[in-house]
Amino acid sequence: MSAPGAIVIGASAGALEALSVLLPALPASFASPVFVVVHLPPDRKSILAEIFQAKCRIPVHEAEDKEPIMAGTIYFAPPNYHLLIETENSLALSSDEPVRYSRPSIDVLFESAADTYGPALTAIVLTGANPDGADGLRRIGLAGGTVLVQDPTEAMAPEMPLAALAACPTAQVLPLAGIASFLLGV
Amino acid sequence: MHDKIEDIEIRLLLEALFLKYHYDFRKYAAASVKRRLRQAKEAMGFETFSAMQEALLHDASMLPRLLGYLTVQVSEMFRDPSYFRAIREKVVPHLRTYPSLRLWVAGCSEGEELYSLVILFREEGLEDRTLFYATDINQDALARAEAGVFDLERIQHFTENHRQSGGHSSLSSYYSAAYGRASFDKTLRKQVVFADHSLVTDAVFAEMHLISCRNVLIYFDRELQDRAIGLFKDSLARKGFLGLGAKENLRFSGHAGAFLDFVREEKIYQRRTE
Ligand SMILES: C[S@@+](CC[C@H](N)C(=O)[O-])C[C@H]1O[C@@H](n2cnc3c(N)ncnc32)[C@H](O)[C@@H]1O
Repeated sequence: MSAPGAIVIGASAGALEALSVLLPALPASFASPVFVVVHLPPDRKSILAEIFQAKCRIPVHEAEDKEPIMAGTIYFAPPNYHLLIETENSLALSSDEPVRYSRPSIDVLFESAADTYGPALTAIVLTGANPDGADGLRRIGLAGGTVLVQDPTEAMAPEMPLAALAACPTAQVLPLAGIASFLLGV
Repeated sequence: MHDKIEDIEIRLLLEALFLKYHYDFRKYAAASVKRRLRQAKEAMGFETFSAMQEALLHDASMLPRLLGYLTVQVSEMFRDPSYFRAIREKVVPHLRTYPSLRLWVAGCSEGEELYSLVILFREEGLEDRTLFYATDINQDALARAEAGVFDLERIQHFTENHRQSGGHSSLSSYYSAAYGRASFDKTLRKQVVFADHSLVTDAVFAEMHLISCRNVLIYFDRELQDRAIGLFKDSLARKGFLGLGAKENLRFSGHAGAFLDFVREEKIYQRRTE
């Protein structure tokens, strides 16, 4: 039996533009759940789910605690909470301390997703100005998952992809357009 | 598949913790427990969870440290100011109609939420008729709550939250500052009972008019959440109030029918009359 798999994405500075290329490219038939952590100000409501619902062909939610995971759905971590994958059927939020100043933290999502999905996971690190996601990407690589990093020369902020590559040298480096076509093939 | 051995070891460790010390983390949200146990394992220098389990069984002094990792003490005063504003503006007018009140802060951590509510009740003139119960399973946190001392550097943020919550006194009138610490006035504790109580293993202990349990259920799996919500249901007086954390709700609970949405955006519910 092959696991259904999942996609995890982390981004910070420049996230909106990068995700606006990737997420609307996903077809209505897209089968995997997609979990996204974007660094956000902690004390304001996020409008990411609304913005992307208007642009995407698959449902977009802001993740709720213990929400069932549905195929072909995009989940954004809410501001001020970590997003974790509990099981292949359920996600969870936590108000644990920020990790490297970030809550939600990309590393926290990536680590729990690696535990749950192992080799059936595809992880993507996009533009950002801090090293969050690098540790998590390394773990996903070790667990046999597919690891992709946005080409730092193209990223609006190259620090995050560069840190991810340093921690996980086996990651494939692709421009956004290449990541989008890769996702259409999963 | 991947690392299933670790999952087995974690289950055995939690089983040992329960059988030996009666702390039951077996139905906490698994991903978060795993993350915190990995931190504990690394910090305590164990190779495996099995080694940790053996040490835990034979050395009770390990318990508080492990509990420190397993329970998350992240809090602030007037956290989510809009919640406290809703308590003040929407719940307090109902509470005023009672001659005496009981309030329960379940999972009070180091006291931030408790002091916030005591101050709010004092501002609204309800403190003297209210008995406050503050409970937690972490003894160190309870002791800190009872001491009421916070790092001074956190106070600026607390003050801002208090102001946004509609506070109409100055937070600085409730503490004295010295040596980088703010000690909250002991009169704030005169109506407070601190107690070790677990939402997982303990029972109803009094009839409440308001229960505030924020950012605790989020650490439980659904079944355990439901147990705790049942406990709240059974503890609440008719038309009593239940306030949860910003990302917690009754939607998936079997007890949802016993509650009405009172302030939906703030996760404040009211017990139905039946
Ligand atoms: C993240 S803190 C929340 C503090 C505060 N209520 C707030 O919202 O800021 C969670 C608290 O729940 C406590 N806790 C964990 N399991 C518990 C249980 N079974 N019964 C009661 N309290 C528990 C922890 O010790 C910790 O103090």
